[in-house]
Amino acid sequence: MATIELQKVEKKFAELHAVKPMDLTIQDGEFVVLLGPSGCGKTTTLRMISGLETVTGGKILLNQRDVTWLHPSQRDIAFVFQFYALYPHISARDNISFPLRAQGESKEEIEKQVKEVSALLRIEHLLNQRPGNLSGGDQQRVALARALVRRPAAFLMDEPLGALDAEFRESMRAEIKRLHIDQHATTVYVTHDQIEAMALGDRIVVMSEAVVQQIGTAAEVYYNPANLFVARFIGSPGMNLVTGHYVDGVVTIPGTQNRFSLPVGWRKPVDETLKESKEIILGFRPEAAQLNNAGKLSGEVYASELQGAFAVLHVNVNSDDIVHIRTDRVINYPIDTVVHFDLNPEMVRFFDPQSEAAIQPEVGA
Amino acid sequence: MANFEQTGPGKPVLEATRVDKVTPGYRLGHNLRALFVVILAIVGLIPVFVMIITAFKTRPDAIHVPPKLIFTPSLEGLVFLFTERASASPSRLEELKKAAEGVQLSLVDRIALNAGQEITGPSDYVFRLRNSLIIAGISTLLSVVLAIFSAYAFSRYGVKGKGDLLFFILSTRMLPAVVVTVPLFLMYTQLKLHDTHIGMILLYTVFNLSLAVWLMKGFFDEIPREYEEAALVDGYTRMQAFFKIVLPQAVTGIAATTVFCLIFAWNEYAFALMLTSEKARTAPPSIATMLGIGGIEWTAIAAGSLGFLIPVVIVTFALRNYLLRGVTFGAVRK
Repeated sequence: MATIELQKVEKKFAELHAVKPMDLTIQDGEFVVLLGPSGCGKTTTLRMISGLETVTGGKILLNQRDVTWLHPSQRDIAFVFQFYALYPHISARDNISFPLRAQGESKEEIEKQVKEVSALLRIEHLLNQRPGNLSGGDQQRVALARALVRRPAAFLMDEPLGALDAEFRESMRAEIKRLHIDQHATTVYVTHDQIEAMALGDRIVVMSEAVVQQIGTAAEVYYNPANLFVARFIGSPGMNLVTGHYVDGVVTIPGTQNRFSLPVGWRKPVDETLKESKEIILGFRPEAAQLNNAGKLSGEVYASELQGAFAVLHVNVNSDDIVHIRTDRVINYPIDTVVHFDLNPEMVRFFDPQSEAAIQPEVGA
Repeated sequence: MANFEQTGPGKPVLEATRVDKVTPGYRLGHNLRALFVVILAIVGLIPVFVMIITAFKTRPDAIHVPPKLIFTPSLEGLVFLFTERASASPSRLEELKKAAEGVQLSLVDRIALNAGQEITGPSDYVFRLRNSLIIAGISTLLSVVLAIFSAYAFSRYGVKGKGDLLFFILSTRMLPAVVVTVPLFLMYTQLKLHDTHIGMILLYTVFNLSLAVWLMKGFFDEIPREYEEAALVDGYTRMQAFFKIVLPQAVTGIAATTVFCLIFAWNEYAFALMLTSEKARTAPPSIATMLGIGGIEWTAIAAGSLGFLIPVVIVTFALRNYLLRGVTFGAVRK
């Protein structure tokens, strides 16, 4: 078990700054998810931790030991690849024992370890098969077994569920979660799927364009996004963001009668952040809005989608902005009718359009 | 159940969903394609067939017009292939015939006698074939081994000037052999490499290397890097990962490359003709110039070509499983 520490770690490829200097401290036994759209630098970060990619600058500490320039084989970490990377020419058993053989373990010890780990992952009956004969889920189980068998200091997983079918993905996700609770091993997990990130991560590192946007728990990145990118990226659909005009504690949505007074605790930080500028972005999650005939805000129904347990209403608040509102699934709202709604004041967030950063409310408000 | 058609041991299959339905049009097309392949095979195999039957004909049968398809098989070709002979004078012929009536004359001598000739010693065919085996074998081994390492480097590392280097390697293949033999001849005479095994091995290795590097690079490119990376994090060095993981997966590629190199080195004619004379002369130029008494010994040439074919056939046959996968590499989704 181990802690992992990144200090000003960065990576430049010839033209491209793939990862701008980032700091990250991962506690022993923590499950950290690197989340971001493709090309944001999350996989490069993971590969730098593993040693498969060299760093351009900064330091990587594993258990306080500087491993920045160590060969991957000397770092005592295991890596799980998106496409499993099982050696196709040897059986599942030999795949799993492969890392143990590198350490020169005795035959009996290897057999014992393989047995243990394959029981844990319920793949004992597959040990004599070649990887090519296994289903995607089973291949990933074998790959996990290969990673687990050595009891490494840390696990690095690069989109391990990305190549699986949707139905498998959810059950494997639960398996990985159970495995983590069981083993309590430090894990860094890369994904572009925010649902996966929220389901698995003790903490989530949201990245975009080579920069860390926010580090926090699932609840933090969901409810208190640090900036517009995180607000849009997390959640499905993402946070509703409406540009408004701010005067004296009231946000007016241009071209409409929609006015929204700042909840308690916001007035001072908003005034300080915006200064002369009068533009503000109002953000709220679909579930923060409640339809209410006496609601202060209104808009026209643009579309309505039944999503099973609930419905999502697309409401046009002015010509530019459509917001999503989560509603009861049983009531039908015809298109182009006007609906009124209120916002839960505790779930409203404000952003500065200039810096795109979230405005923080007064503490204790 | 009217819609179901019971076929084979399996469950009834709905006629509409069966995928093995064969329409008359498809069947006709299929047969036409098969016919085409058969014709192609026949056209391709005729020379081989003619070679094989010629090897077992007597000389009059071999040069008979129209060609004889039915003939009495004879070992004349083989005997002529392995021996040097002289035409016997009439008096000597009488002597030999007398000896033949007794039991003092061996079968080989009798066959020569039938053609009016006397055996004077063994031919150099076996010696030439051995030269071919040594030169083709070692040069193939060298070019494949060298190609494996350089192609791996080209495939995996950011080699400086990679594109230029690869082009340079390929460019050694661009001039036809005939064009470079004269300068090579001059260089080889200066370097005392003319008519030596080492000289020919070097030449064929260099010549094959371009093809081998390009082929092997393609095969290595097809092997995902993740396999090596997995081995690296599993605690192996780059070298160990290469030998334990990459090489076993490149086996098909190596087999295909080996066969290509071997066939080139084995069949090469122009360089061998110019750059060897006695000690290192390989089979191709010597078979083609196999002249007997009173003209070209077609039966011996056919027998010699037949023997010459055998090693390549054996190697190709031994590697056939790898080859088939090798040549379709990349076309198959992994």
